[in-house]
Amino acid sequence: MNGPGIAWYLALAAFLFATGMLGVLLRRSPLIVLLSLELMLNGANLALIAFARQAGNLDGQIFALAVMAVAAAEVVVGLGLIVAMARKKLTLDVDKLSFLRG
Amino acid sequence: MGNFIVWVVWVVAAFSCLGSGIAVVSFSNPFYSALALIGNLASLAVLYLLLSAEFVAAAQVLVYAGAVMVMFLFVIAYLGGRADAPWASGPSLQSVAAVGAAAALLVEVIVVIGLAASGSLGDAAQVPDSFGSPAEIGEAFLTDHLLAFEITSVVLLVAAVGGVILGHHARAGESWGSESR
Repeated sequence: MNGPGIAWYLALAAFLFATGMLGVLLRRSPLIVLLSLELMLNGANLALIAFARQAGNLDGQIFALAVMAVAAAEVVVGLGLIVAMARKKLTLDVDKLSFLRG
Repeated sequence: MGNFIVWVVWVVAAFSCLGSGIAVVSFSNPFYSALALIGNLASLAVLYLLLSAEFVAAAQVLVYAGAVMVMFLFVIAYLGGRADAPWASGPSLQSVAAVGAAAALLVEVIVVIGLAASGSLGDAAQVPDSFGSPAEIGEAFLTDHLLAFEITSVVLLVAAVGGVILGHHARAGESWGSESR
């Protein structure tokens, strides 16, 4: 592999993951929380694919594809929940959606 | 020469990846955030190509930047992209804690990778040109990882059914939804 070594990819993946986590913790719109979750999943995917290249083994890429499928499923359910919330005229604010608290 | 070009492509892709990632988190309008995430996914696909993961890069563009993000944009357009202003009222305790937690996680990940790797992250393995091609991925999926493949299809089926049920309940729920809030 000419070009940057795996450590650069891992650092980038860590930054992406931390950025996504910042969004999940900081933002209150559930849409942006979902988008930030995608960011975290993609950070993990980048690390998986970098390790797959490092080891010369396809298992990491298979895992990344599975993560992609799970992310698609998560988006379907999450967006379904958000649309259901909007239809019930609930505020789209994850801090205010606390009525399931015991 | 080829090495230099790879570095240039990597730097451009990495910086657009980081920049669009920060843009996703910081735009107040979800529509712009979703558009920034499309840019993020595209630059990640470039990085996947550099890591000789051709099939994953193609799937990333088609499935993620194509299908998933179009669904996102449709929902945001349907909800009418209401903006929330995260930085409006100055830094709250919660936002300071969020920044601290994210920074702590970043430092933690880098330290752990640095300690665990410490020198063992040498040169990458030599791989044939067909590494990561659709043929190899397909063979791995249908031989070694057949169970993961089937479970993934079940997960997608369950998600599709769940999405339909959620949408259906939301429509029927106008009658029973009004009394709870």
